[in-house]
Amino acid sequence: MLTAPLIIEYPFKRTTGPVIGAFMTGLRERILVGSRAADGRVIVPPAEFDPVTGEDLTEIVEVGPGAEVTTWAWVTEPHAKHPLDRPFAWALIKPDGADTPMLGAVDAGSIDAVHTGLRVVPRWADEREGRIEDLACWVPERTTPANVEYKRS
Amino acid sequence: MRDVAVISFAQAKNQRRVADLNEVEMLMPVTGQVLDQVGMTIDDIGFTCSGSSDYLAGVGFSFVSTLDGVGPWPPIQESHVEMDGAFALYEAWVKIQLGEIDTALVYCYSKSSPGDLPMVLTRQLDPYTVAPLWPDTVSLAALQARALIDAGRTTEPEMAEVAARSRRSALDNPNAQLAWDRPAGDLLTEDYHVAPLRKHDCAPITDGAAAVVLAAGDAARRRVERPAWIRGIDHRIEPMALGLRDLTVSASTRLAGEKAGVADGPVDVAELHAPFTHQELILREALGLVDHQNVNPSGGALSANPMLAAGLIRIGEVATRISSGEADRGVAHATSGPCLQQNLVCVLEGES
Repeated sequence: MLTAPLIIEYPFKRTTGPVIGAFMTGLRERILVGSRAADGRVIVPPAEFDPVTGEDLTEIVEVGPGAEVTTWAWVTEPHAKHPLDRPFAWALIKPDGADTPMLGAVDAGSIDAVHTGLRVVPRWADEREGRIEDLACWVPERTTPANVEYKRS
Repeated sequence: MRDVAVISFAQAKNQRRVADLNEVEMLMPVTGQVLDQVGMTIDDIGFTCSGSSDYLAGVGFSFVSTLDGVGPWPPIQESHVEMDGAFALYEAWVKIQLGEIDTALVYCYSKSSPGDLPMVLTRQLDPYTVAPLWPDTVSLAALQARALIDAGRTTEPEMAEVAARSRRSALDNPNAQLAWDRPAGDLLTEDYHVAPLRKHDCAPITDGAAAVVLAAGDAARRRVERPAWIRGIDHRIEPMALGLRDLTVSASTRLAGEKAGVADGPVDVAELHAPFTHQELILREALGLVDHQNVNPSGGALSANPMLAAGLIRIGEVATRISSGEADRGVAHATSGPCLQQNLVCVLEGES
């Protein structure tokens, strides 16, 4: 039997428009934005159309950068195409000020470091081009320990 | 509404890899058998509708080759959906309702084995904000399972019970790919695949094909003793963005089940298209079948999950049990998209 590799590509470019475009431009500037839905909820990434009524959504709202994990899954053996090359968590992540979560990878080190409700912040890519990969991954928020103040004796 | 019934069903033996046959060669015995069983040829069919995916076949317009396989000359009326055959069946049912034709052939097939299926399926996600991250099918299902566990609505032992029961049921299904008898407790000792899912929580990767013949009224009664009448059929979809959905429930299945009339009578058998153990629990709740004792007697998608065909197989498995007299009324369900995004529910019934 003869076999041969086959790679399918769809090498065309699309414009993202004023709503998704605003999200992508925000990423380049290290800012997260969502859109306000008809019922007042803030949806992230922004939706072009209201998920319930279907009407155009045009109000862009800044959210984050702090965020909370709403559910997660632990990947022990990342795929070559995954965002991280070491064990990590996929998570649905709700940025502060948003009402819906977005998908992201959390670079948490170990499964024991992840839980629902974990506070995370973005780790931005050094070079950003207005793509979702500009948000390289999320990392646990560093909490400031209570005892770091220098005590004078 | 016209009475329309499933009068014939056939499927290929589900296998991890069908290497020595192409899609046409894999499908043709199935379409041949489904027509032979009711003494029909393609000339007796008013409308042909197929379900398959170019993304799995690896070429554009791949359905044309298999359409050639069923014999489209002289020209036939046909259509195709880039979806599970259950949705092709829906289109054929609508076509019969229009009144111009009395019979339809529905078929579907896929070979997932040549590619990297969980990664191929990422191409159905939002192309701007999700697909570039390549979140595989299993990882997305694991997010849903965790949400269900967090909500206190399932546990890993309960999910393992679904896995054990499904593969045990599959021992009676000669077409199943995965069939074994192991206690759920043993399964929990295995490592996580993508936590909280273990391998046993996931459907296998399958190459396969299935076909159904539909017929209306007397065209059905003339050909089989006990047609499996479609009493209700409906499909609904939810938003593409996972964050816009409550992943712990299936609102679209609930609505489709209401529209199809699941609760209008007793359910003797249900075949639910749940490629992951926790999804069976979500679907049971959405359809009011939480404690039902006869769900997925075939072993379900956890025992064989040919993409584009596993949903139609659910309809076929219920129809077969009704036509044999084993069941009087049953529910079949098919799903499409990530984490149960789109769902079809079909209620089938025999005549007493």
